[in-house]
Amino acid sequence: MDLKTLTFIVVGLSFALYIGVAIWARAGSTKEFYVAGGGVHPVINGMATAADWMSAASFISMAGLIAFLGYGGSVYLMGWTGGYVLLAVLLAPYLRKFGKFTVPEFIGDRYYSNAARIVAVICLIFISFTYVAGQMRGVGIVFSRFLEVDITTGLIVGMGLVFFYAVLGGMKGITYTQVAQYVVLIFAYTIPAVFISLQITGNPIPQLGLGGDMGDVGFLQKLDRVVTDLGFAAYTSGDKSMIDVFCITLALMAGTAGLPHVIVRFFTVPKVHDARVSAGWALVFIAILYTTAPAVGAMARYNLSTTVNTAVATGGDVFAPEASMLGTDRPGWMQRWEKTGLIHWEDKNGDGRIQYYNEKSKNAEFLAKAEAAGWKGNELGSKGKKGEFDGKVDRDIMVLANPEIAGLPNWVIALVAAGGIAAALSTAAGLLLVISASISHDLMKGVFAKNISEKTELLAGRIAAAVAVCVAGYLGYNPPGFVAEVVAFAFGLACASLFPTIVLGIFNKAMNKEGAIVGMLTGLFFTMGYIVYFKGIFIEPMAKNEAANWFMGISPEGIGVVGAILNIVVAFIVSKMTAPCPDHIQHLVEDIRYPRGAGTAQTH
Amino acid sequence: MSKPQTFNPQAYWGATLRLLLTTLAIWFVVSFGAGILFRDALDGIHVGGYPLGFWFAQQGSIFIFVGLIFWYASRMDRIDRDHDVHEE
Repeated sequence: MDLKTLTFIVVGLSFALYIGVAIWARAGSTKEFYVAGGGVHPVINGMATAADWMSAASFISMAGLIAFLGYGGSVYLMGWTGGYVLLAVLLAPYLRKFGKFTVPEFIGDRYYSNAARIVAVICLIFISFTYVAGQMRGVGIVFSRFLEVDITTGLIVGMGLVFFYAVLGGMKGITYTQVAQYVVLIFAYTIPAVFISLQITGNPIPQLGLGGDMGDVGFLQKLDRVVTDLGFAAYTSGDKSMIDVFCITLALMAGTAGLPHVIVRFFTVPKVHDARVSAGWALVFIAILYTTAPAVGAMARYNLSTTVNTAVATGGDVFAPEASMLGTDRPGWMQRWEKTGLIHWEDKNGDGRIQYYNEKSKNAEFLAKAEAAGWKGNELGSKGKKGEFDGKVDRDIMVLANPEIAGLPNWVIALVAAGGIAAALSTAAGLLLVISASISHDLMKGVFAKNISEKTELLAGRIAAAVAVCVAGYLGYNPPGFVAEVVAFAFGLACASLFPTIVLGIFNKAMNKEGAIVGMLTGLFFTMGYIVYFKGIFIEPMAKNEAANWFMGISPEGIGVVGAILNIVVAFIVSKMTAPCPDHIQHLVEDIRYPRGAGTAQTH
Repeated sequence: MSKPQTFNPQAYWGATLRLLLTTLAIWFVVSFGAGILFRDALDGIHVGGYPLGFWFAQQGSIFIFVGLIFWYASRMDRIDRDHDVHEE
C-alpha cells in the first residue's frame, strides 16, 4: 500500500474515532456545554488539559526550534511546563471553589464590575483568536503536505470536524474527544523518537539517550563538536542574554497560567482537591512529550549535520571537497520535502556539492578556512515566500520528516500526520469554546441580555461557536502576515493582563475594582505597545528589533513580565486612592480560600 | 457553605501561604536557579552525559515540577483536614 493511501486510512480512522466520541458525549444543558457537567475525573481532565494545551506549535514546531537553538530552546521547555505549578498553587483550586463557568465571570464578580468583566472578555478574545488562527493554519499545512490536497480543502475538513464536536458537544464533547486526541498525538510523537534514540545512542528511552553515549564519547559532547565544526555556537550553550532568557521563561509560565482555555478546564472537576491533583496529572501527560522533544531536536540536528557533511561525524577534515555531500546523492526524504519548500538547496559555488555551515560564524579562523576551501555561502536552507533561497532550514521539518530521516515504516509517517492534526484540532476546539462562552455567558447573559432562558443561552453559545469556527477558518486560510509573530502577543498579554488580576483577586482582599481595571489596562497596553513598537503588527516597526534597542535587554517575547509588574504596581497605587473594596466582596474572597462547600459549578 | 465551628481562617490561610511559598521557592530554584542563573557553574558537573545546568533546563526542572504539584496537593489535603475544612 502506498504512503498516501495509508495516511488517508490512518487519518480517516482517527476522525471516525473523534466523531464517535462526540456523538456519545454531546451536551444537553448549559452546565454540560460550559463545564462538562462539573463531573470529570481528575486524571481524565489532566489528559484533556494536556491535549488542549499542546498545540500544533508544541507538536510540529517545538523540537525543531530546540534543534536550532540548543540550550536557548530551554525557555520553551521550562516556560510551557512551569506554568502548571503556578496554576496549581495560585489559581486552579480557588477558581474551582468560586464555582462559575468562565474567567471573565470571576473577574466581573470579584471586582463587582461589568466594566472589569468586559475588559477581561476583550483580553480573552484577543488571546484566543490569535491562537486559534495558528491552529487552523496547522491543520491546513498537515493536510496539504501529507495528503497532497489543497490547503483550502484541508481547512474546510478541519473546520467541519471542529464545528461538529465543539458546537454539538460543548465542553463535554470536547473533553472526551481531547482524551482520544491525546492518545493519538502522544503515540505519534514518541514512537519515532524511540526508534531514533535507539539508532543513534542504542538507548530506547529518548530522555536517557540524550544523555547517553556514542561509542566512547557522550552524545551531547559529540553534538557540540559537530555543530561547532560547522561554525555554529555549541549546542549546550546559548547566545541569548541571561536577563532575556529569564524574562521569556517567566512570561511563558505566567502566560500559560493566565490562558483562559487552560483555566476553564479546572472548572470541570468535582472538587477543589481534584483541581490541584488534576494540574499534576496534566503536567504528567505534557511532560511525556516535553521531555522527549529535546531528544528529538538534538538527534534530528545531529542527523541533518552528519548527512550533509560526512567528515563532522568522523572528526576528519570538514573542508575537504569530498566531505560535503554530492547534490545527486541527496537522500530520498530530502528530495521529497524539497517539493514543500521546507528544505532547499542552492549550489552557490557551482561544485555540485552541498556546503552546509554558519556563514555568519563568530569564529574568524573558521570563516577564513571556508573561504580558502572555495565555499561561497551556506547552501542548505528553505524556500522563502517568493521562491528565493532562505538560509535557514524550516524548523517544522525536524518533526515532520523525522520518521523518513530515520527510515521508519510508512505507518509511522501516517501516524505523525494524524498526530499533528490531533494536536491542532484539540487546541482549536478548546479555544473556540472559551470564545463562545465569553460571548453567550459573559456578554449576553451576564451584561447585555440578562433575561434570556437557559435554552436561548445554549443556542447563543452554539451560534457563537459556529461563527468563531468560520472566523478562525478564514484567518487560517488568509493569515494576516503576523500569525507567526503573535505567539509572543498571546502569552505576553495573558501574562500582563489576566494572570496578575486573577492572582490579586484571590490573594489580596482589599484590591478594589478601580485598581483592577486600571492595572489590567496598563498591563495590556504597555505590553501591546512594546510588541507593536518592535514587531510592527499592522504598522511598520518603529525601531529595529535588536538587543541594543530593547528596554533593559528584554525582547518583545519576554516583555509581558514587565507588563505584569506594572499591572500590580498600578493596581496597588490606584486602590489606595479610591473607595475600599466592599465588605461582602471581602467575605466572598475569604470564602473561596478554603475548600469545604465547593459543590459543583453553579449557575448563580 | 456553613463554616465549621472550629475554623480559624487566619491560621488556615497562614499555613496555606507558608506551603505556597515553599512550593514556589522550589519551583524557582530548579528552573530559574539551576537552569538559568547558576547554569554555567553547574555545567562543570556532568551527570550521565548531561552537563548538569543543561539537564535542569531541558529535563530536570520538568520532572521536579510534576513531583512538586503532587507533593503540594497532598500537603494541602493535610492542612485542609487539620483545620477541618476538607471536602466530604
